[in-house]
Amino acid sequence: MSDTPHSAQTSAPGEGGFRRFLRATEIDPRLLGMLGALLLIWLGFHLYGALVLGEGSFLTPRNLWNLSVQTASIGIMATGMVLVIITRNIDLSVGSIVGVVGMYTGLLQVEWLPPSMGLGNPMIWIIAVVFGIALGTLIGWFHGLLIAYLAIPSFIVTLGGLMMWRGMAFLASSGRTISPVDTTFALLGGGPYGSIGATGSWILCAIACAGIVWAMMRGRAARKLHGFALRPMWAEYVVAGISAGLVLIATLIVNAYPWPKGILKDYYAKLGQEVPEGAFVAHGFAYPVIIMVVVVLVMTVLMTRTRFGRYVFAIGGNPEAAALSGINTRAMTVKIFALMGALAGIAAVIASARLNSATNALGDLDELMVIAAAVVGGTSLAGGVGTIYGAIIGALVLVSLQTGMVLIGFGDGSYRKIVIGVALVLAVYLDIVYRKRIK
Amino acid sequence: MTKENRGTPLVELRDISIAFGGIKAVDHVTVDLYPGEVVGLLGHNGAGKSTLIKCLSGAYKKDSGQILINGQEVEINDPRDARAQNIETIYQTLALADNLDAASNLFLGRELVNKWGFVDETKMEAETRKIMGRLNPNFKKFNVPVSALSGGQRQSVAIARAVYFNAKILIMDEPTAALGPHETQMVAELIDELKRQGLGIFLIEHDIHSVMKLCDRASVMKNGQLVGTVNVNEVTDDDILGMIILGKKPAKAA
Repeated sequence: MSDTPHSAQTSAPGEGGFRRFLRATEIDPRLLGMLGALLLIWLGFHLYGALVLGEGSFLTPRNLWNLSVQTASIGIMATGMVLVIITRNIDLSVGSIVGVVGMYTGLLQVEWLPPSMGLGNPMIWIIAVVFGIALGTLIGWFHGLLIAYLAIPSFIVTLGGLMMWRGMAFLASSGRTISPVDTTFALLGGGPYGSIGATGSWILCAIACAGIVWAMMRGRAARKLHGFALRPMWAEYVVAGISAGLVLIATLIVNAYPWPKGILKDYYAKLGQEVPEGAFVAHGFAYPVIIMVVVVLVMTVLMTRTRFGRYVFAIGGNPEAAALSGINTRAMTVKIFALMGALAGIAAVIASARLNSATNALGDLDELMVIAAAVVGGTSLAGGVGTIYGAIIGALVLVSLQTGMVLIGFGDGSYRKIVIGVALVLAVYLDIVYRKRIK
Repeated sequence: MTKENRGTPLVELRDISIAFGGIKAVDHVTVDLYPGEVVGLLGHNGAGKSTLIKCLSGAYKKDSGQILINGQEVEINDPRDARAQNIETIYQTLALADNLDAASNLFLGRELVNKWGFVDETKMEAETRKIMGRLNPNFKKFNVPVSALSGGQRQSVAIARAVYFNAKILIMDEPTAALGPHETQMVAELIDELKRQGLGIFLIEHDIHSVMKLCDRASVMKNGQLVGTVNVNEVTDDDILGMIILGKKPAKAA
């Protein structure tokens, strides 16, 4: 996680053990705070269920697996919203982009392509995915052009987009629901068949652990090359150990969630067999979750290791200075909104695949969840500050609150809205308090 | 040393004009700069000094006139063009991104990348440590955003940015305005040092004493027009003040 190559700072005398631990490991205290809050929410829901309802159902493999799938589309869009907000813009249109992209990819794979290509043609889902991402990119790019070159505030452009694209989604099918989607396409939304199973999950787990060790060694090598102080060896082991441990726990959880009986029967019936005694087939990581992890990795590298990412932060910190440094701030704005559109396109693919249908209400109010996720994750609306991992944790917090309320019997939408609204304001307040204290 | 036997000027701004909404901010101004020379640009607020110099740094695009570097006419349309001509600018506002650390600011727009095209943060920090060790050995805050630095430290980051990339032409817009006496002295020494290395420096400055001390020549502007250019060692403080306030060139330094 924490492989920043900055030179280690020397410890100050008289600081407490925990502070020394943070300094040596170079773990961002805000990250710990967010993870702590997430854990509290999870424990809270679980204990409430266990004590009041007699059954704690939050911290179960089944619920955590569902939580990971439900977070995917919001989380993917939140990573793009971080860039938008860092550069002092906002994108209110992402939910409607999900709607219109979902609708057109639905029409494409259900009504337009099958007559000529044949139903279930293996190319259909690929064409649909590429088309969906391209359409999202195009819409975002168009928004970016209006914002950057016509100097219309992003709030207005995307507010217009929020209404316009939702209307387009309705018109595209005259309000019909398009269903069912291509069977291969539907796997991208998760579900028992849309997961990689136990063996695949263990392979991913091994790759991730190897990646963590590699990142740690590379960080040390870079520091050694320039003669910077190294993190103490124990701190390296602790950071790598915790990161690998989390990956291991996640793998154990998704591999502990078995296929339901109906799916088992269906699966063995297709093989022409009886369901064996005590059959246990694990879900493993769902495809949408793997897509989200890949998006997070790519976006993190983009933000921390490329010029593009540097320029995003620089524009957010001081747009004038960025322009005077020769950065083409207008082109950057267009690219950032196009990227946001592309991510909304991916989210649309996942959301419509998960529903196994395209409706004109797909992604409704997602923009608020996405913005809230970025902000809860520490992205500053004043610009210049934000992280990708923060946005994902923010998305997890909000989706946990949403599904947790349902699990403990407050499924009524109004309770959920109240809790999420309070959480958003509280999270930003805590962030302000934290920032004041470190100054 | 008279102007005629000094060869080609490093920079010539010929007959530059730029207007904003009908107001002529710079009105047919001609100034030049030779290697190893400091030319002060003086005038009231709003006289057009900063605007003129921004045409050279690429922040503004001139409406008419010519820019010559080493006798060759060049087009400067944006800050990138200026940087390509080894023109570096230290703005009055310093033009730093407050949320980034010293190394990120120093290399902003010109990040060092490795063979895969990824930003090489460690190398940038190492280079920053090297140049700061030369310019301001007391500078230790490499890993904090520049918003946490003092005015003098921020100034040294801005100066390091100009010096690191081998500027031939340096533009300094009131470099000492926000500094204490000790740091002002440091900037003065740096200007002398850069001059010896053969850089040409345009210095926008309000303080007459700094001008008399640091500059070889002074060009005075008023209401967008050039009042005149004088050799600093041939005039007195009062002569220059007269040029700034009255817009009249002293008779003896014609």
